[in-house]
Amino acid sequence: MKRALAVFALVLALLVSASAFAIDPLPFKDAAQRQRFQHLTSQLRCMVCQNESLDASNADLAKDLRHQIFDMMQQGKSDAQIKQYLVARYSDFVLYDPPLKASTVLLWFGPAALVLAGGIVVLVLLRRRAKPAAQIAATAETGDDW
Amino acid sequence: MNARLIPFAVFALLVVLFGVGIVWNEHHDARYVPSPLIGKAAPAFDLPRLEQPSQHVRKADLLGKPYLINVFASWCFACGEEHPVLMEYSRKFGVPLIGYDYKDQAADAKAWLDEHGNPYHEVLADISGATAIDFGVYGAPETFLVDGQGVIRYKHIGPLTPEVIAQELDPAIKALGAAR
Repeated sequence: MKRALAVFALVLALLVSASAFAIDPLPFKDAAQRQRFQHLTSQLRCMVCQNESLDASNADLAKDLRHQIFDMMQQGKSDAQIKQYLVARYSDFVLYDPPLKASTVLLWFGPAALVLAGGIVVLVLLRRRAKPAAQIAATAETGDDW
Repeated sequence: MNARLIPFAVFALLVVLFGVGIVWNEHHDARYVPSPLIGKAAPAFDLPRLEQPSQHVRKADLLGKPYLINVFASWCFACGEEHPVLMEYSRKFGVPLIGYDYKDQAADAKAWLDEHGNPYHEVLADISGATAIDFGVYGAPETFLVDGQGVIRYKHIGPLTPEVIAQELDPAIKALGAAR
């Protein structure tokens, strides 16, 4: 039993460390800083692979940028400043979460507008179909004034 | 309108939508990301010459005349495809073509240029790739056109081809001449 637990703990440790230190170890000063770093880099796109985040990518450039981001964090730069630094070089495309601005209005509100338009169509069709029944219901209700 | 036709109309609209998507994708490379640096001052750089690493070239040294920066590396496959084009066109651009050796070993780059020929006016070496981050380089080869004031006017990502040169790069260079 003890042995099984030890094996389980080892496997767990390997799994956790594999995801945390898969690529290159950086000298974080504490767990909070590491978490902040991983949270930030997972929101940023690797420009070389494009479907991977900076956190997950093995590309050479991603590694360089992780070091750059780490250095900027050590200098006390905020997440917003670091993102601004990358956007200035690689455009909004580095952000997985696109900012709301004139060129992205369609991206942000297009789906909601489509759902709204579809909803209105459905509502109009239902109303049209339900009209005779509704009229009967309406006349029945006016007589019932308790 | 006959309500039975609505599904067909929706289907036809979807066909048109997807058709436009397919045609669009054939003519637009999803890997191409417009550089936010176009129209902005090129980042300051201070890089050693590949041949004489003790000599550095700074952005200020190149001010006054337009020039092209071509990012390449000996490890870069697409750069090999581009190379014959550069060999043919580098003297015809009318502006100096500066090689930017990106994250490469100096010995490898020299051997590569010896083997394939050197189309460059001069070659700067960015071994660490740190300056390339300021240029927003993410995939060699990349080509930047910088004007006499040090402003980036045009950028091409991927190998230059005779078509790209005729349709984009040459007009961009000519536009600089007209502006002067």
